Amino acid sequence: MFSKSLFLPVTVLVALMFADAPFMILAAPYESTMGLVQKIFYFHAPIGMVMFLSTFVCGIASIVYLVTRRRSADHVAIAAGELTAVLGVIVLVTGPLWARKAWGVWWSWEPRLTSSLVLWLIFVAYLLLRRYGGPGSDRLAAGVGIFGMANVPFVYWSVNVWRTLHPKTTVVPTLPPLMRGPFWFSVLAFLLLYILILLVRVGLEQRRDDLEALYLAAEDGVDHA
Amino acid sequence: MRKCVVTCFRRLRVASAMSCVAVALVCTATLHAQPPPEPAAPAPAPATRPDQPPQAKTPDSTPQSTAAQEGFVPVEQLPNPQDTIPAPRLVASAYALVWIVLMTYLYSIWRRLGTVGRELDTVSRRVSGTRRS
Repeated sequence: MFSKSLFLPVTVLVALMFADAPFMILAAPYESTMGLVQKIFYFHAPIGMVMFLSTFVCGIASIVYLVTRRRSADHVAIAAGELTAVLGVIVLVTGPLWARKAWGVWWSWEPRLTSSLVLWLIFVAYLLLRRYGGPGSDRLAAGVGIFGMANVPFVYWSVNVWRTLHPKTTVVPTLPPLMRGPFWFSVLAFLLLYILILLVRVGLEQRRDDLEALYLAAEDGVDHA
Repeated sequence: MRKCVVTCFRRLRVASAMSCVAVALVCTATLHAQPPPEPAAPAPAPATRPDQPPQAKTPDSTPQSTAAQEGFVPVEQLPNPQDTIPAPRLVASAYALVWIVLMTYLYSIWRRLGTVGRELDTVSRRVSGTRRS
């Protein structure tokens, strides 16, 4: 229903938002200790937030699939799992680009970075399982998806619990007003983009199901002939 | 029965291989754990907000970073214009990377949709042909 009536307007809105976002980010004030490189925050953190959301979408859809065996839930789970892995690549590469300037190193084996890498690896494992696990791997992968979702709170609170170089979770709620606007604008833009891509990806899984049903129908036809 | 055993064995093999990779990575992370390096450039004294109490000094073993961790403090001008590491290049690379990854992913979805669509058409024709005959 959403895809038919709202897809095009939302796509146009997202395109306009992303056209405007760089100007908002450039107009935002510099951070006092990091300077220009802190601008990476305006897309690194929103993508990280959307990635966390995506793990929850995958995990909850996996639970629904395991309980109800509804194919649509499995479609959402695989789409969200794949998007988590893609967003994870962006987070894990833009982070070091920021760290190189702010900390003087590309990578440090500190809790937030290491736990984020492990989270990403879990979702890569999820995708590998879906691709090469053979028949029945959907249920096994659903378990991995739930495990990935359960890992997110540890990644989120790692900066507050352990000693780390990474900015703490207090940064976002205490953002100065001039930084808050561009940040939440970016979050909204990436969130809408995520929803759009998720819908397209779920559509692909539905078409694959249709194809499978057609193959079965074709085989039935051959058998009857 | 044999097929079932083979399938189970295959699944177990995949799962164990993935677990090994995860364990190996965690072990590598632990082995490479090292005290964080000194900051690259001499940084200005961290600014504090007027409404925030001054931060307590951390012990020597605590990772030290000049980058703001508790909150960001805005300034009008760049704090250190003579930086040795070019920040504009890093920011531009990060921004470009976001779009390269997203566009590549969208292209891969578009290609997969095309492949499935073509296959759907072929099989539909086959099914309708079989029904007619």
